[in-house]
Amino acid sequence: MSEPASRSGALIELTGITKTYGKGDAAFKALRGVDLSIWRGEFVAIMGPSGSGKSTLMNLLGCLDQPTSGGYGYEGIRVETLDPDQRSLLRRHAFGFIFQGFNLLARTSALENVELPLIYRGVPRKERHALAAEALAAVGLPDKLRNTPAELSGGQQQRVAIARAIVTSPVTLFADEPTGNLDTRTTVEIMDLLTRLNERDGITILLVTHEDDVAEYAGRVVVVKDGLIETDRNNREARQRPNSWAANREKLDS
Amino acid sequence: MIWNAFLIALREIRRNPVRAFLTVLGIIIGVAAVITMVTLGEAATRVVRSQISQLGSNLINVRPGMGFGPRSASAGVPSFTVGDVEAISSQIGGLVAVAPVSSTNLSTIYRQNARNTGIVGTTSDYFQINNWRIQEGRFFTDEDARIGNAVCVIGQTVVTNLFGTEDPIGRTIRIGKAACEVVGVLASKGQAGMGDQDDTIVVPITTLQRRLVGKTSTRNINLITLSAEEGSNSDALIAEIVSLMRQRRNLQANEDDNFNVFDTRQIAESLSASTQTMTALLASVAGVSLLVGGIGIMNIMLVSVTERTREIGVRLAIGARAREVLLQFLVEAMTLSSIGGGLGVLLALVLCAALANAIQMPYTFEVEINLVAFLFSTGVGVIFGFAPARRAARLDPIVALRHE
Repeated sequence: MSEPASRSGALIELTGITKTYGKGDAAFKALRGVDLSIWRGEFVAIMGPSGSGKSTLMNLLGCLDQPTSGGYGYEGIRVETLDPDQRSLLRRHAFGFIFQGFNLLARTSALENVELPLIYRGVPRKERHALAAEALAAVGLPDKLRNTPAELSGGQQQRVAIARAIVTSPVTLFADEPTGNLDTRTTVEIMDLLTRLNERDGITILLVTHEDDVAEYAGRVVVVKDGLIETDRNNREARQRPNSWAANREKLDS
Repeated sequence: MIWNAFLIALREIRRNPVRAFLTVLGIIIGVAAVITMVTLGEAATRVVRSQISQLGSNLINVRPGMGFGPRSASAGVPSFTVGDVEAISSQIGGLVAVAPVSSTNLSTIYRQNARNTGIVGTTSDYFQINNWRIQEGRFFTDEDARIGNAVCVIGQTVVTNLFGTEDPIGRTIRIGKAACEVVGVLASKGQAGMGDQDDTIVVPITTLQRRLVGKTSTRNINLITLSAEEGSNSDALIAEIVSLMRQRRNLQANEDDNFNVFDTRQIAESLSASTQTMTALLASVAGVSLLVGGIGIMNIMLVSVTERTREIGVRLAIGARAREVLLQFLVEAMTLSSIGGGLGVLLALVLCAALANAIQMPYTFEVEINLVAFLFSTGVGVIFGFAPARRAARLDPIVALRHE
């Protein structure tokens, strides 16, 4: 078996990935042969209309699902050969996830929510508290440790979710429409936070969105259509984007 | 990993304490019911045993009639004679004492107080055989019995009813046709179970026949009571007595016994066997409620899995393995049912104390049944928690995350 990941030095190497749902006449090909390489430290936005296959692609990248055929190398690991438990362990140790719906545990404090992945890692209690508090401080919520999701705004909830995703210092952060439920102003805050995590902490970010404004934050934009990659462009402007808060302030005012 | 699962489970239970309490209510009640039933059942058995042991140890009674109960054909069956008593006393070895008993009901009068009381006519050995102790005064003597002195020994109930607070010793009460001097008061044996044993007047058998009843017949002994030596084989002894009595009553080989012989051990065994059967019955009914409690847990855990599908999705996404999700829900069910079991043990403690107090019965804390009921409740958690936990563990992370 070839080892494209190690040869090219890419963090993620997809080759000829297909995903078919259902069987026979009812079969639906969500992905029809996707090749994609993502390097460490990249900030990639995956775009596309609904039904384009972008969510399927995201799930495969995040090891939540298995491809029907094709190869997936992650740091040289042949992901397509892993069983569900091994994929769980890969997610536990290398991935962080944030979702459109935040998916925080209800009636559970922000601190306890953020501690959750550390519990599965078997981090001792004291260290767990310290790391979770640190992560919450990093997302700008140092004073909300005891608040439950119901006591937090949408933007704050998503910050808690981001803290939960980064508390394990993941290599790769998967963000599935993270601003889909947020207003423009909060969207800007969250995107600034993600940008900082990418630029300062070097976390590789894969972000699914259908909003152009959000995609503009990424250094690379991949557009999926009908189960194939339509375009894959570098977003050079993102590098010298103006102070985004000021730039978006204009949009808000207009 | 188990400790982690336990932590997560405790956190889940703390997140919704009211629901957790309602979920385990069935277990609490089931455990408490089982423990209470068994504890009180054991206590009742002990009470019955101690009452029987108060009747006298190694006590053997010989009565005319066939068998027990309403169908026993005692009418027309001849009573025993003094000769029968003497024959048993002289021909059967291994006996400590033998006493004839002739009992009847007579009116007793002291001043303005009158009532009917069971009168026992016997010899002085009766007191020893039946474990009676004197509280005040003395028993009547062999001399009293031989001469037929008008003396009597009375029980506590008779004292209360006839004399009230007055000291009965030396007073004279009228029994049937004659007056009798009270020479002794018996120590109380208590009531309940066997009827009021203290409602009795004991007089010499000669006195009863000659003075109180006023007729003399040789066949007037309706009970021969005797005590065997400590450690003697009561079955062999009973067989000997049976064969002697058959001979004395001229029974042919094809005739049934027209008397019966039984010892206190037999009564003790049959009575405690029946209380134990009752206890087992009640405990199994209570056990069913424990099972129903388990179904309640399964029900809530299934609801919980559905309700928390997205949460399970999140857990899977952040790296929980299927077996960890399974363990989490299993431990959660187990923790819930153990908490229920623990609370049930506490509730049983209160219930036992309250009920035992209400019916005036001493009881002891039965470690074994508490332990068994508690472990059983934990087991119920495992058994009924397994199906919901497996359902949770089999969820597909993507489907779970999309669940509304």
